[in-house]
Amino acid sequence: MELYQKTIHQINDLLDKKEVTVAEVTQAVVNRINTVEKATDAYLSLQTDDALEAAAAVDVELSGRAQKTPLEGIPYGLKDNMCTKGILTTCASKMLYNFNPPYNAAVYERLSEDGGILLGKTNMDEFAMGSSTENSAYKKTRNPWDLNKVPGGSSGGSAVAVAADTAFYSLGSDTGGSIRQPASFCGVVGMKPTYGLVSRYGLVAFASSLDQIGPFTKDVQDCALVLNAIVGHDSKDSTSLNLKKIDYSQNLKQGVKGLKIGVAKEFFGEGLQSEVRKSLEDAMAIYKTLGAEIVDVSFLHLDYALSAYYMISSAEASSNLARYDGIRYGFRAEEYNDLIDLYKKTRSQGFGDEVKRRIMLGTYALSSGYYDAYYKKAMQVRTIIKADFDQVFGGCDVLLTPTAPTTAFGIGEKTSNPLEMYLTDIYTVPVNIAGIPGVSIPCGLDNNGMPIGMQLLGPILSEETLLKVAWAFEHESGLTNLKAPLGTEV
Amino acid sequence: MEYEIVIGMEIHIELGTKTKIFCSCPTEFGQDENTHTCPVCLGMPGVLPVLNEKVVEYATRAGLALNCEIAHFSKMDRKNYFYPDLPKAYQTSQFDLPICTGGVVGIEVDGVKKDIGITRIHIEEDAGKLLHESADGTLLDVNRCGVPLIEIVTEPDLRSAEEARAFAEKVRNILEYTGVSDCKMEQGSMRFDVNLSIREKGCQVLGTRTEMKNLNSFRALIRAVQYESKRQIIELKKGRTIIQETRKWDDTKGTSSSLRSKEEAHDYRYFPEPDLVPIVLEPDYIEKIKSALPELPEAKKQRYIDEYKLPEYDAGVLTTTGVTARFFEDAVALYNEPKQISNWMMVEIPPLLKENELSMENISIAPAQLVALLKLVKNNEISGNTGKEVLKEMFSTGKNPGDIVKEKGLAQMSDSGELEAIIEKIVSDNPKSVEDIGAGNEKAYGFLTGQVMKATKGKANAQVANEIIRAVVAKHLA
Repeated sequence: MELYQKTIHQINDLLDKKEVTVAEVTQAVVNRINTVEKATDAYLSLQTDDALEAAAAVDVELSGRAQKTPLEGIPYGLKDNMCTKGILTTCASKMLYNFNPPYNAAVYERLSEDGGILLGKTNMDEFAMGSSTENSAYKKTRNPWDLNKVPGGSSGGSAVAVAADTAFYSLGSDTGGSIRQPASFCGVVGMKPTYGLVSRYGLVAFASSLDQIGPFTKDVQDCALVLNAIVGHDSKDSTSLNLKKIDYSQNLKQGVKGLKIGVAKEFFGEGLQSEVRKSLEDAMAIYKTLGAEIVDVSFLHLDYALSAYYMISSAEASSNLARYDGIRYGFRAEEYNDLIDLYKKTRSQGFGDEVKRRIMLGTYALSSGYYDAYYKKAMQVRTIIKADFDQVFGGCDVLLTPTAPTTAFGIGEKTSNPLEMYLTDIYTVPVNIAGIPGVSIPCGLDNNGMPIGMQLLGPILSEETLLKVAWAFEHESGLTNLKAPLGTEV
Repeated sequence: MEYEIVIGMEIHIELGTKTKIFCSCPTEFGQDENTHTCPVCLGMPGVLPVLNEKVVEYATRAGLALNCEIAHFSKMDRKNYFYPDLPKAYQTSQFDLPICTGGVVGIEVDGVKKDIGITRIHIEEDAGKLLHESADGTLLDVNRCGVPLIEIVTEPDLRSAEEARAFAEKVRNILEYTGVSDCKMEQGSMRFDVNLSIREKGCQVLGTRTEMKNLNSFRALIRAVQYESKRQIIELKKGRTIIQETRKWDDTKGTSSSLRSKEEAHDYRYFPEPDLVPIVLEPDYIEKIKSALPELPEAKKQRYIDEYKLPEYDAGVLTTTGVTARFFEDAVALYNEPKQISNWMMVEIPPLLKENELSMENISIAPAQLVALLKLVKNNEISGNTGKEVLKEMFSTGKNPGDIVKEKGLAQMSDSGELEAIIEKIVSDNPKSVEDIGAGNEKAYGFLTGQVMKATKGKANAQVANEIIRAVVAKHLA
């Protein structure tokens, strides 16, 4: 196996034994980027020179030390909606084409302190709005399993960087499935932690009450390592939870004996690809052999989650994105007559169609006379969905669902039909509404050789259990650190 | 037909916290443009607000001082609108669950006492400032962005410009006392919006109202109310209807004009601020703030009447502002002559403040210095008139009264031996006066006293001098 193909914990073993240097590891992944990035287009900007320089510095730092911290010297990618001081942060929008933040996102700050090595900023749907990364104003990222297919979204670039071995791990953000769905499409592990577990400071907001940062990794153990590094209270984020730190890798391999894994028919409804269903059924069988109990559970109001999600997320987005007015930073229309004209032209030219669609939807939902019927109703639904999950978790420890109804679809296949695109998030969205954690791991390939993802959900702060359940399957099935065909062909 | 003016007010008060409401930038007034900013108060992409605990404490204190209920659960909301002085394009404020509700403030106009209801007080952030005078077009100063405000909203209980003024002054007085704001109107720390309508006297239904925004002095408040009530009455007399609108007051011209109609009013699309958690106040927290509240003006005034036996008028004047009251109390603590201190503070000090362009806040003499002066007067070491001269000197030089008296040789002549010699000579030189006195003309004593003062350049202790004059004259007449 090539160096760049390895997982973080494999690289750590080599580094601890001094069999490789951080510089060699980084050079390997930079070479990999030089080879495949033109085919995958995962990155919007690359800092490979800085990365190599930083790698050499970490080697010097490590030479006098017996042990390194788990992410020290490990090269990674960051979704382009997380602020990086002095490095363009565009959100894949023309609106922020020249935006160089004078501050760092809390997660980037933490990873930098840990000696992480940033390779570049990854492509995404503009302002994280979309499910295929086709809404980027700059480029289309391609799925390494089939370059004619989408990687999913909105964190498509981050998913592809890990799937194509052009990063050992990456961070994405998940507002309605933007980590889990692309992880599923690209055959990698992707986790959305409990709302409030990871600081949102410096994450350019899409929908503040739903946004959460999380990792993409090659296997479940790596997921625990990255989670360990990014979780923690941040006084700069009022919604950040102040909890005692735990080591998510500690109980990873304890097994699932006696655990109740819930299965709800509401997650196996119309539009579910038959191979996805089959793959999930195989997974249930594996869990049974491992000693877990598969139990039927049922939701009462899940049908309303998707519509409530589009109301709440769009309403918050309409307010969060109002600051892009061309006055202080970012894009400004060249010609305008007066202040109102400046606003109108800047926003008309600076935002893409999907962003404009959501701003209009959200503005409408909050308008006087419509607030009660839309935003308020959606917030009431949110309370009901939370209660629904509480009720379900009364009867099981974790819930097993498909991550998405289908495997990756073709580039351009759903761009003309936004509603069809929205439906690809139907199994991920309720999780954000409820604020609970969810992880997507690979559970097989469809007939076309495209990865299938399964989603494990648990109550608030059940990350440790989720990772344990995920690891047990990964270990038993051998579906770990999957290699896209790209890996050998290019 | 007799008309009645109905007024409700919204008062914006900048809180005196050291730092802004959601970041740690200083709130200090009068600094260079755009120096007190950071990514948070600039509303840059990805930043998050963190509520300043002091803001909650000050708002609670203000609410308690204005007799409000303090909410155990309140929350922040976003008020969305586009304007270049609002970097986030929304103002973080409170909509349906404000921190304080249902207060009351007593006012008195022409001897008539009245209670004014307070509907609510909420917390919000100030916006920046647009500077239009530049040749480069409009410039933006964001120093004020995120300075914490409270907005006090009243019931439509006010009936005249005088009542509006009395209420505003009372609120300023109370808030200045409680230390939540300096309420400096010239720095924009206190601004008024006025909602005004007219109805037939006795009518229970409210008329159509107009709103005038950002009145930033008591004078502007009074004039705007007078102008607007007159305008509405004239409209009604002409048989026209009042249009619900926001009006702009031009303080230079003394007129108001329509800014925008109800139809053009913003739809603020309020919704709960998802970046902040609700404000939950435990009863203990509220109780602690309540018990730490300073003595408020009304209670203080009553105490001055009861404890210091001051007339109601004196007590009222001395408690107008916290700094005046503090000066008085510091002086009384050093020297238990409340009435003497009060007289000098009310009569002698104000003209000197004016002359030196000072106020009680930056007065150039300390209470101890005033006390030292008053003791000199009380002990007859200098006369009252000399005392006034010395006070004037103290204001301009800051010197202690004892030093001034010594340097200028202003001490009274009370030494009877020295005075006797002078008086003996004056009485001998004026036999006519002695004769007049002998004939029963007491007025001649006055002439002799005048001569003594002239000879001593006014330093003679008048009482001592008079006694000696009488004794010497008696001797001459004998």
